[in-house]
Amino acid sequence: MIKKRMVLRFSKKTWNQPIVYRLVKDFDLAFNILKASVFPKEASLMVLEISGDEAEFDRGMAYLDSHGVVYEPLEANIKKDEERCIHCGACAAVCPTGALAIQRPEMKVVFDTEKCSGCELCVKACPPRVIVATLSSNEVQ
Amino acid sequence: MAEFKVQKTYKEINEKIKKGKVVVVNAEEMIDIVEEKGAVKAAQEIDVVTTGTFGAMCSSGAILNVGHATPKMKISRAKLNGVPAYCGLAAVDLYIGASELPDEDPRNTVYPGEFKYGGAHVIQDLLSGKPVLMEAWAYGTDCYPRKYLKKELNLHELRNAILFNPRNAYQNYNCAVNSTRRTIYTYMGALKPLFGNATYSTSGQISPLLNDPYFKTIGVGTRIFLGGGQGYVAFYGTQHVFDVPRSPNGTPTEGAGTLCVIGDMKKMDPNWIAAASIQGYGVSMYVGIGVPIPILNEDMARFTAVKDADIVTQIIDYGGDYPKGIDRSLGTVTYKELKDGLITVQGKEVSVTPMASYPKALEISNILKEEIQKGRFYLGEPQATFSQL
Ligand code: SF4
Ligand code: SF4
Repeated sequence: MIKKRMVLRFSKKTWNQPIVYRLVKDFDLAFNILKASVFPKEASLMVLEISGDEAEFDRGMAYLDSHGVVYEPLEANIKKDEERCIHCGACAAVCPTGALAIQRPEMKVVFDTEKCSGCELCVKACPPRVIVATLSSNEVQ
Repeated sequence: MAEFKVQKTYKEINEKIKKGKVVVVNAEEMIDIVEEKGAVKAAQEIDVVTTGTFGAMCSSGAILNVGHATPKMKISRAKLNGVPAYCGLAAVDLYIGASELPDEDPRNTVYPGEFKYGGAHVIQDLLSGKPVLMEAWAYGTDCYPRKYLKKELNLHELRNAILFNPRNAYQNYNCAVNSTRRTIYTYMGALKPLFGNATYSTSGQISPLLNDPYFKTIGVGTRIFLGGGQGYVAFYGTQHVFDVPRSPNGTPTEGAGTLCVIGDMKKMDPNWIAAASIQGYGVSMYVGIGVPIPILNEDMARFTAVKDADIVTQIIDYGGDYPKGIDRSLGTVTYKELKDGLITVQGKEVSVTPMASYPKALEISNILKEEIQKGRFYLGEPQATFSQL
């Protein structure tokens, strides 16, 4: 069994196809929707927590490939620039999942990508703006 | 005045720095030393305790002398990367305030505003060696005929660049909560409804002014770490208050003292000055400040051994009381509780996060310690203490 948080990007052509349904039906994968911005006839995006058998997961991803859905792990979409982070803690005040949290007693702010849901609340809460999210850009190449 | 068992002078300590014999520890290390050995023995052994703070300090800015072009100009209005600078000074002197915004910034019209670029970003760009575009206007005089100038400014080419912050390093500061039913966006960060979270903003036990609560050694002319370079305490800061309620250890239980600081920007480093976009509030600047506290006697050893568990602050409602100017505390908490991350407000458990950076503050205290040990930083004896002003 594996569990992964994935970002799926749909193009204008694929936005209304029952692709996620197929992931469940044909590959026996379970999913949890963390975020969805779906616009009729436009490029759309979903953040899913997908779990299931590892081999089935890989086959499911291959299915996405063959249908022109671009996907990548969520970690690739929310990044904290560790060099520029000043460990102020402003992001931890707003992070709803505890992905950004204070490590005590050092009081360093650590980012556990596994817990991140991709809500992006931290992006504008960070005073030096060192958290970069690429989720909002929906373009599919 | 009480007779002290240990008595040292600035001169003696500076002499030790010169000889490489000075004993310096940071304010965190001093806690255990005094606990173990007692204040008298600690004062005999330790010469200097270093402190540090790295927090958002809106009341900051820089005096720039941009030099003359030909023909000469008496600048009456100027923008630096679009951010207005104050020009009501001599011909080519400007003051760029950290929290100034470009006229075009949407501010809070799209709430909560983002405040992407302001005066602090101009200062940060200059410190990072990036060119800043100046546009300047003037009415023209016989001695200064030029009326318009557009030119790139670089820190190393500026005639002078002096960081001059009227109010920094607050001695103590509120713990902020929000009683209302909506999230509010304040200079203390985002505060969630119905006491959904709490924030605070000091480095507590290693904070400069909490280690010298009565300003016995910090005064006009005290040499400090400022933004990575050496700076000075110019005066007490705006809104400085001395007569405040205090804990038995002398630390104030609320706001209290502040510092007005000054230093050469050309010797500073962008690692220790960071522009901040505070959502829904505005632009501010994180400033790194470190103050060395000379252990002149056992009293100073006692003061510098202060620990988070013995420093308190007030819980203030930024949703209701604060904006209305109602002076009411919802309770007292220690910095130990705040740092541990959980406090109780009106019977509710509330999680706490900081706004100031403890790791950066500690790093500053360590840099200062090393600079003094290596003989690169000498103590500046105050020319006047604040109580004499
Ligand atoms: S995107 Fe949301 S969940 Fe992820 S770190 Fe930022 S605030 Fe936390
Ligand atoms: S808000 Fe930004 S700078 Fe502050 S701790 Fe979080 S990521 Fe680091």
